[in-house]
Amino acid sequence: MIDLKKLTIKSAHEHLINKDFSVHELVQEYLNVIKEKNSDINAYLEVYDDVMAQADVAQKIIDSGKAGMLCGIPIALKDNILVTGKKATSASKILEGYVAPYDATVVSKLKTENLVFLGRTNMDEFAMGGSTENSAFGVTKNPIDTSRVAGGSSGGSAAAVSMDGALGALGSDTGGSVREPAAFCGVVGLKPTYGGVSRHGLMAMGSSLDVIGPITKTVTDSEIMYNAIAGLDSFDSTTYPSTLYPHTKKEKLVLGVPYHILDQEGINQSVRDNFTESIKKLEELGYEIRDIRLPNIGYSLAVYYILMPAEVSSNLARFDGVKYGLHLEGDNLLQDYLKTRAKGFGPEVRRRILIGTYVLSTGYYDAYYNKANILREMISEEFNKAFKEVDCIVMPTTPMPSFKIGEKAHDPLSMYLADVFTVPANIVGIPAISIPSGVTSVGGVDLPLGIQLMSSHDREDTLFEISKKFLGEK
Amino acid sequence: MITTQDIQHLASLARIELGEAEAQHLTTEIDSILGYVGQIKATGTENVPHVPALHNVMRDDIPTNTAGQYTEALLDNAPSREGDYLKVKKILGNSDDII
Repeated sequence: MIDLKKLTIKSAHEHLINKDFSVHELVQEYLNVIKEKNSDINAYLEVYDDVMAQADVAQKIIDSGKAGMLCGIPIALKDNILVTGKKATSASKILEGYVAPYDATVVSKLKTENLVFLGRTNMDEFAMGGSTENSAFGVTKNPIDTSRVAGGSSGGSAAAVSMDGALGALGSDTGGSVREPAAFCGVVGLKPTYGGVSRHGLMAMGSSLDVIGPITKTVTDSEIMYNAIAGLDSFDSTTYPSTLYPHTKKEKLVLGVPYHILDQEGINQSVRDNFTESIKKLEELGYEIRDIRLPNIGYSLAVYYILMPAEVSSNLARFDGVKYGLHLEGDNLLQDYLKTRAKGFGPEVRRRILIGTYVLSTGYYDAYYNKANILREMISEEFNKAFKEVDCIVMPTTPMPSFKIGEKAHDPLSMYLADVFTVPANIVGIPAISIPSGVTSVGGVDLPLGIQLMSSHDREDTLFEISKKFLGEK
Repeated sequence: MITTQDIQHLASLARIELGEAEAQHLTTEIDSILGYVGQIKATGTENVPHVPALHNVMRDDIPTNTAGQYTEALLDNAPSREGDYLKVKKILGNSDDII
């Protein structure tokens, strides 16, 4: 028996190299957990049928002595990332039966490391949601308390890691979809810099916001996975060369806390208390804490819920029942479109497409879309200014711990408010990480809480450094 | 205040068929969401020019794959095909089909 609870990517790698166990044995342990728990948790939509064949390839590399850090490591992929010959549906009925014709860049990069892809994980349909309740294939339960949501939209990926059903997973983050489920499930979630990781082969949601990021148990593992997937890619023109953002090494890091954002309503007391404790802990670790002001950050959520649906409405125009997936017959081509898109898209996707269509329509474009773009630049400017003074900005990840399944399902606006602390990083394009910062006891269950660290563009190294110190990782 | 007619119009633009009950339901929800995001209308950004900090990223137009490399895999996903073409219903002829 391998103790999966304590296992990390780093330690598993050492065990594999030392021949304490084989890739086959390691992978089998994970398959056993998935078999035992997945029918209840619903983290995975599919476990691939070639997992052991992948394990055999990885073992040969290890035996040859040429294994890298990720060789033979079993991980999970969010259902919106393409793997040649495998199904990918974005948890939507409209992509029923879709088989990916090519590998996403992140997948081809990980394939060269010979890690083992266990399967594809559940998510909110087309990554729209914060609870995985918008999946066409049922909710993903939180492994820590199965009456609660795993978060979303990368809820399946976070739950897979949290339930010891994978050593790591990839998710995508448009407004918090990696960080929020990571916080709810007590694991580490990284949203890299916009353009830091190629989106080639990721199904697009909000193209000026989307980024792929790892979900792991430790910060060290997060860094290992990030290094493996990051970098320039000719298939995604928003990726940047490592020379784009100059790095200056500082001796003493200063952390900024925009305390004024905690003044707003709707923030759970346990989140406030835990945040205060976390800041105290950072101070005790020797960091200087500075109170900073980001005057327009309060508009981030409104800006996000204008720009994102606008981009959604155009990105999802491609799903028309002609090129792939579901097709419903009407009397003519227009009826085919109307019926296919009505039946294929779930309620939240339809809602966002309509909002996006509205804010982009004549007469409203200036009042909503253009205005949101101007505010986006103002908010970005405020962050850039703040980063001249501080190296890292600290906020809670979410305003509340994981909520009950069904609690917010009928009130889309209250669900959107869960993204209040995570959307600014997407709007500005900076990297942000959510790390476990403690628990709050609700109904006899210790629910995880997370804090979020943000740094300037391409300064993931700062996030890793501070996060490791906070969690006591060597 | 957005109306059910507005929602039906947006749905037809977005090529999504909506039933009457769903249209009414969406009217209430979308009205409340637009109320929330509409808070930005009160901000004083009138004198701020919108200059996107974007630039074009160009590359030479050289094929990155060989001819036909992905044809089968792509067309296999199509609900309806004829040879190497996607098959759709005819789009010309009935002017009242277009809204």
